Amino acid sequence: MTAAVRRRRAGSPSGPRSRAGVPFLLLVPAGLAVGFLAVPLLGLLEETAWRDLPTELTSPIVLQALRLSLVCSVGAVAVSVVLGVPLAFLLARVEFPGRNLVRALTTLPMVFPPVVGGVALLLAFGRRGLVGQWLDRAFGITLPFTTAGAILAEAFVAMPFLVITCEAGLRAMDRRYEDAAATLGAGRWTTLRRVTLPLVAPSLGAGMALCWARALGEFGATITFAGNLPGVTQTMPLAVYIALETDLEAAIALSLVLLAVSLAVLIALRDRWFPSASA
Amino acid sequence: MHWSRTRLAAVVAVAALVLAACGGNDNASSGGSSGSANEIKVFAAASLTAAFNELGQQYTSANGGTKVTFNFAGSQALATQIQQGAPADVFASADTTNMDKVRDLVGTPQSFASNLLQIVVEKGNPKGVKGLDDLANPDLKVVLAAPDVPAGKYAQQALEKARVTVRPVSQEDNVKAVVSKVSLGEADAGIVYVTDVTAGGGKVEGVDIPEDQNVTATYPIATVKASKTQDKAQAFMDMVLSPEGQQVLKEFGFLPPPTT
Repeated sequence: MTAAVRRRRAGSPSGPRSRAGVPFLLLVPAGLAVGFLAVPLLGLLEETAWRDLPTELTSPIVLQALRLSLVCSVGAVAVSVVLGVPLAFLLARVEFPGRNLVRALTTLPMVFPPVVGGVALLLAFGRRGLVGQWLDRAFGITLPFTTAGAILAEAFVAMPFLVITCEAGLRAMDRRYEDAAATLGAGRWTTLRRVTLPLVAPSLGAGMALCWARALGEFGATITFAGNLPGVTQTMPLAVYIALETDLEAAIALSLVLLAVSLAVLIALRDRWFPSASA
Repeated sequence: MHWSRTRLAAVVAVAALVLAACGGNDNASSGGSSGSANEIKVFAAASLTAAFNELGQQYTSANGGTKVTFNFAGSQALATQIQQGAPADVFASADTTNMDKVRDLVGTPQSFASNLLQIVVEKGNPKGVKGLDDLANPDLKVVLAAPDVPAGKYAQQALEKARVTVRPVSQEDNVKAVVSKVSLGEADAGIVYVTDVTAGGGKVEGVDIPEDQNVTATYPIATVKASKTQDKAQAFMDMVLSPEGQQVLKEFGFLPPPTT
């Protein structure tokens, strides 16, 4: 999750090791791991009916799901940045009682099965839920079965990736720059804006990328909490799942789009967000 | 990240526990170890869950402890799984369409039950739903099964017969998910099988759909050709079709198969 940050910290003093240092015995399992990760992708490519792909990809259901997935995943990142960055700041910089508990709570959605997350969201933000019944009564807002509900479900599972990455970045930062800014008369807000945020920008970027990727792929919490309706809550992964049961070719086409989008992001942002990966 | 090794280990342990706990639910009646010859795998429509669990127990005690492991899901999902080579011994579908999809992979199907549709609402019917017409009300949150799910297809047929247009808030992947959305109070109404309302327990109740608007679902069962335990698979199918099996299905609200 914070591989980029960790790698950068660990990587800079020692640098990459020479090939002679790798024990031969590691090569076999490592090779198997590469195969294990790559073969499913080959399977996907091999099964693709390339000739029908353009028609499959421009079908309304695919375009609708793609558009909705973009809206929801970007929305989830926005929610995560607005709420998660301040939380990361608090966790990294402020000593308060129960901080470890809060941190554990923050990471919980990463280890919990997303479907369970969806059930928990229903019991909290559903029409009869702890908060949801109040929202319904006071404002007439109900979240399940709405696009806002899908964004909420995605943010619930994806926000921890941003918080953890951002917190690690803040902890690894050299605080002397902030001290210097303070000595030079900058206020706390100015220091945060002009010194701290630019310095943690790479971690923030990496966190946003991970958060976005997780949100884009979210399935369990979304289908449980937000349901499945084309154009409203049926994001790409849900569309893949539903199509798989009836129309394998459409499911493969949709999967290919998700794969291409993920790869494109990874490649485009690699140098910027994972600078040490190629060092 | 500044996690100590112990803390990381603790997180991994918690994750493993959670995963293990989840895995345990999948095997309805098998005791954990699977893949032995003393076991059959039955892929059955979600609406058959309660009745088949009961039948499975009876089968196990009548057949020297042969375990029955169920895979309950929407019939369309099960048909796809069988097409992709999932290790099923018996397939029981909620419609003939999905049985036809795997025609080449199964033995001769036989109808073993039928079912009718009902509107499922919350206990006490707080929205006062009286029939399919009421489901067109835009203030009512209606959940249906997806059009590819047998229950969703039948619901669509019933709505067409009643000349009602419904804009569902969600199209669920199987009929049980429709019931759970209503019993959780998230949806006001749904269209499901009569047997699902019965199995839904005290949280939901059914509103009858008149005969001229209702649709009869026919359930076919067949053994899977790739099964390595043909005789046991056939024994399960025979049991479902036997008078005892039919009695169990009746107790869970299923109707006898249509006489052809």
